[in-house]
Amino acid sequence: MDFLTLFVVVPVLTIFAIVFTKNMKQTRLVSAIGMGVQLILAIALVFMYLAEREAGNTAEMVFSHSYVWFESLNIQYIIGVDGISVAMILLAAIVVLTGIFASWQVDFLPREFFISLIFLSAGVFGFFISLDLFTMFLFYEVAVIPMYLLIGIWGTGPKEYSAMKLTLMLMGASALLLVGLLGIYFNSNAGGGDLTFNILEIAKVNIPMSAQRMFFPMTFIGFGVLGALFPFHTWSPDGHASAPTAVSMLHAGVLMKLGGYGAFRVAMYLMPDAAQEMAWIFLILTGISVVYGAFGAIFQKDLKYINAYSSVSHCGLVLFAILMMNKTALNGAILQMISHGLMTALFFALIGMIYGRTHTRMINQLGGLMKIMPVLSVSYVIAGLASLGLPGLSGFIAEMTIFFGAFQHPDVFHRVLTITAAASIVITAVYILRVVGQILYGPVTNEHYLKLDDAHWYERVSTGVLIVAIAGIGIAPLWLSDMINDSLNPIVHQLMQAIVK
Amino acid sequence: MNLESFLLMRHEVMLTIALLIILIAELSTEKKNSIINLSIILMFITTIVGFFPVPEGTLFGGMYQTNHMTVLMKNILNIGTLILFLQVAEWIKQPQYGNKVSEFYLLILSTLIGMNFMISSGHFLMFYIGLELATIPIAALAAYDRAKSISAEAGIKLILSSALSSGILLYGLSMMYGTIGSLYFTEMAGAFMSTPLQTLGFVFFFAGMGFKISLVPFHLWTADVYEGAPINVASYLSVISKGAAVFILAILLYTVFYSIAPMWKNLLYVMAVMTMTVGNLFALRQKNMKRFLAFSSIAQAGFILLGMIDGTSMGMASMIYFVLIYIFTNLGAFGVVSAISVATGKENMDDYNGLYKTNPSLSLLMMLSLFSLAGIPPVAGFFGKFFLFTSAANSGYYWLVFIAVINATISLYYYLLVVKAMFINNNDHPIAYFKSGFTTRIALLMCMIGIFVIGLYSPIYEFIRMFSTGM
Repeated sequence: MDFLTLFVVVPVLTIFAIVFTKNMKQTRLVSAIGMGVQLILAIALVFMYLAEREAGNTAEMVFSHSYVWFESLNIQYIIGVDGISVAMILLAAIVVLTGIFASWQVDFLPREFFISLIFLSAGVFGFFISLDLFTMFLFYEVAVIPMYLLIGIWGTGPKEYSAMKLTLMLMGASALLLVGLLGIYFNSNAGGGDLTFNILEIAKVNIPMSAQRMFFPMTFIGFGVLGALFPFHTWSPDGHASAPTAVSMLHAGVLMKLGGYGAFRVAMYLMPDAAQEMAWIFLILTGISVVYGAFGAIFQKDLKYINAYSSVSHCGLVLFAILMMNKTALNGAILQMISHGLMTALFFALIGMIYGRTHTRMINQLGGLMKIMPVLSVSYVIAGLASLGLPGLSGFIAEMTIFFGAFQHPDVFHRVLTITAAASIVITAVYILRVVGQILYGPVTNEHYLKLDDAHWYERVSTGVLIVAIAGIGIAPLWLSDMINDSLNPIVHQLMQAIVK
Repeated sequence: MNLESFLLMRHEVMLTIALLIILIAELSTEKKNSIINLSIILMFITTIVGFFPVPEGTLFGGMYQTNHMTVLMKNILNIGTLILFLQVAEWIKQPQYGNKVSEFYLLILSTLIGMNFMISSGHFLMFYIGLELATIPIAALAAYDRAKSISAEAGIKLILSSALSSGILLYGLSMMYGTIGSLYFTEMAGAFMSTPLQTLGFVFFFAGMGFKISLVPFHLWTADVYEGAPINVASYLSVISKGAAVFILAILLYTVFYSIAPMWKNLLYVMAVMTMTVGNLFALRQKNMKRFLAFSSIAQAGFILLGMIDGTSMGMASMIYFVLIYIFTNLGAFGVVSAISVATGKENMDDYNGLYKTNPSLSLLMMLSLFSLAGIPPVAGFFGKFFLFTSAANSGYYWLVFIAVINATISLYYYLLVVKAMFINNNDHPIAYFKSGFTTRIALLMCMIGIFVIGLYSPIYEFIRMFSTGM
């Protein structure tokens, strides 16, 4: 067995192990061990990847393997990683593990909860390692469907409505995506070869322009819905608000990144000509996402809704940067995915912990938490500062890179959009600081809160790991950004060629 | 006629022998259980024997023809019937069905013989006889719940609507005969032009087949019959009977009517869109599980047309593959409904509230079957649907694929309603825990293995692909 497949095998084995556990304590221990192993594997992968590049391996994808699956349709199980997928895998491993610790006290059907959660993560990891459109689509759907059960069973508020809305919207998006992928598949013989789902093979083929015009929007919107592209973002706030803590973390932290990653790896990379031609439409939409999400967050009263809208804004920025189509902006997009993944996971973890104690998420009912639970409160401040882009934390690096890259476009259209999107930083500061001021400082609104305790050890593990990662990227961003940068060459090359034509 | 040519019709001969043995056995034994077990064993042997290699050939001067693809189709139907026999055992043991149970098996086997002859026919009269043999006994089966008037009503409805559809079909055939002068497939093949009379004949023929497959707008009998008929008969109707009709329709379209392909492709396009959409929209509001599955199976028939429309061997393969998956999946879903109905008599979706707390394994099985029907990975339905869509896209029908996937999303909504009832909804008095019988569990286990293995284990698809032929 090859190394990368382990990322799917470990979760599956963990699921089998969980089936045999007897109580909640065993279940969560097994889950934590399984996902701990996964994180170790992910860190090992980073070092192995860097060593491989150090040794002079310049292949586009390393650790690549392919196994024939459905021979007559030329469907293969092809895996391989570049710097971008390595970074995404690391992000996913961190978020999943911290998610497990954040749901340490799930006592209602714990086995089913952890099985669904880890099944979802298997889909995520599978998605990031696969280089075959069929396999990728399969893993994408694997990652989406457990959300229904996770939100529907363990969620709060209007959970059944939110779960159904989320599932149907994402599955509806996969309708577009499926047609797009089939369109790519049936045009992959344009260069004279066989029909194939292999991304690297298709990248060498010039898909006819008429086909690109039809299938690029389908594929981009299909993935874009998962990345909360305006006007298809409405599943996201409801879904996040109703989901249990770990699911919100995983969803905003990792699952929404599937959208950005897919839009960039499949839609842009394989159909660069149409991407160049149609980018402006989607740039406007993502620009709306960025600003609208930020404004939406201002008017919310529920902590989870605030962060859900903030995620719409930040994920919109990812797609925005991808559509800027130069190396700096793309690098920023990937950094933003990772930074937002970590920081939003931290936010949702903290909100879950606060909610678990106070049983409310309404900001007007909370107050003075800094005195009662200092550890959680300080963590919340850190997450907030990362979100509004304080230098020294990951958010600053990502957003700076994005706007720096976006501003390289000399024309008015791009400049205006960039300035508008950059304005969202100010709005972000407004809602973040308002929340921090309201719930952490000021008088204690409810005297019951005084009896509440601060973070337990498992919550400290969960938040600690995330804070270390956020600060780590903020302080030493270069190793990550270099790793990503080298891997951007093929796609930038594709996009540049499209301009020349 | 020598032994070798006799062996060509091995499937039909084996089934006939099995039927006769059951008939004789009933005379000699009074015990219900021995008939039930004997039927299962005979069906098992028949299924195994069906897999031995057989040469291709024709019999009776071209009236009967067999090739690897038809053998494969018959084997698929045999497997489905075997699973059904296992599921039926517990249900038919109930006291209200009296001591004589052999009728049930005799009727099922005779319909299966009819379907086999229909698939292997080389002549439209042969086809028609097979079709009737496959339909009329089912009407008797639908009325098998002798004490219930709703079951009798289902029987009458089925017999009347199939008589009507057979009439229409025959009328269409007579027009074709009038213009071509032959009913042999080989002689008719290619003789089709788009002359008005031939077109009319084809449309009548297609309408007759539409009744059997319950395509919209010929679906109106389906829900009432499924609701009235005993569950296992409904599952037989929705799976085996529909599968056989789909197989023969595809064979005829590909081998006899290929010269008017552009016309029937348009027809299939419209029918597919209507069938999927109407089936789905009606399924949304159903509260009775049998009606629910009836409308869902109408919608599934619409998806099957997506494989047929392509006309290549890939389309044929993806269609056969989908039917195979559909058999396992739908029998899984019907099996759970049947097990619950036998144990508690409850058939409404509300009764399923909170089922997971009391019967976790049945709920899981139901969930996986429903996911497979909806086309969610990693269960087999995903692969089946994906390949159907691939073959439709192969002919450039991207919009059809898009409509189909949107419909798959709609269908996901109502499948999730059942999942929600079982897993999420609270219920103070959920269905109490019960242990289903040995044969039921074997049958459900087979469905479960099928749902996982057929999808993930690619050689099964490749095997089907190897024997499939297109236009």
